[in-house]
Amino acid sequence: MASKTENQKAWLFVLPVVLLVAFNALIPLMTVVNYSVQETFGDNVFFWEGVKWYEQVLNSERFHDSLLRQLAFTGTILIIEIPLGIAIALTMPRKGPWVPVCLVLMALPLLIPWNVVGAMWNIFALPDIGLLGRTINALGIEYNFTQQPVAAWMTTVLMDVWHWTSLVVLLAYAGLCAIPDAYYQAAKIDGAGSWAVFRYIQLPKMKRVLTIAILLRFMDSFMIYTEPFVLTGGGPGNTTTFLSIDLVKVALGQFDLGPAAAMSLIYFLIVLLVCWVFYTLMMRNEEV
Amino acid sequence: MDFSWMAWTWPTLGFFSFIALCLIAMMVWEWKDPGGGPRRGILTLETTRGDRLFISLLGSAFIFLGWLWVMSTPLWGGLALSLLWIVFVFRYV
Repeated sequence: MASKTENQKAWLFVLPVVLLVAFNALIPLMTVVNYSVQETFGDNVFFWEGVKWYEQVLNSERFHDSLLRQLAFTGTILIIEIPLGIAIALTMPRKGPWVPVCLVLMALPLLIPWNVVGAMWNIFALPDIGLLGRTINALGIEYNFTQQPVAAWMTTVLMDVWHWTSLVVLLAYAGLCAIPDAYYQAAKIDGAGSWAVFRYIQLPKMKRVLTIAILLRFMDSFMIYTEPFVLTGGGPGNTTTFLSIDLVKVALGQFDLGPAAAMSLIYFLIVLLVCWVFYTLMMRNEEV
Repeated sequence: MDFSWMAWTWPTLGFFSFIALCLIAMMVWEWKDPGGGPRRGILTLETTRGDRLFISLLGSAFIFLGWLWVMSTPLWGGLALSLLWIVFVFRYV
């Protein structure tokens, strides 16, 4: 039996990456932990505060509200984007000249920078000069996303759906293309209808890619900042102030480093928990 | 080198030293008993010692936050619950 070759020198090649990660990720994270237990009034003078900021953030109505808004937003876009993405993927051709056309069209929104998407939708939805805003108002529906919370929410959700459904489409499409023809032939012989084919062949075969799609969309939407910031600036009032926008307001607007650091870590822990849950689910799928 | 501008505190150092010690202990454990000790616990998923440490630490963080939110300071109760949680995870997960 051949013994496994061990080369301890390999560690030296890993060392630069370890140092780089320590410098740009690990030490900054440690700094955030360090700031979360202190208070500063500038001039690099810090005072020990213990767990005061954590307690303040956990009991803060403002944090609860932005967390709830964030969860509501993420839930809403997942409910829309996942079924819509699957539906579009199902209607896309698998063979022929239209395949590249569809793929390019689907990929286009993903290529646009987030701040450009925000600016585009801001102009598009303006009630006086925007195509969408003006059309809705012309239909007799009063619509102004800069003043009406419901309109602001709908516009933000619509913008996200426009920007990111393509990702779900492309993933679901990849899952669909990976299903061998033999499955469809067997279904045809058994006389299965299109619903049965979807329910018992396509959906189970897409399970893995859909888990990844849900994970990616959850994480991205849970950390969304640029698009709603450019579109609504968190307003009107605080109605579209999601967690990251609130965090930036605390950290940079108010320069409350301590509470902002505590909030970041709670935010980070929630993200880490969700990642772990999805990872566990994915691994379970792999085993099945 | 002077790191005073980074305003490090002893409790922060203690916290990260604890994490580092946990990792070193896991390395020693792995060296003594290689393979990671995979098993299927109540999650019905194969977990290694490293997975169990991660679940313990993440769960403990939430226990502390929950304690702080509901019971406020001091955190001794949260610490006791976290220790129980860690024992539970290493025994049954």
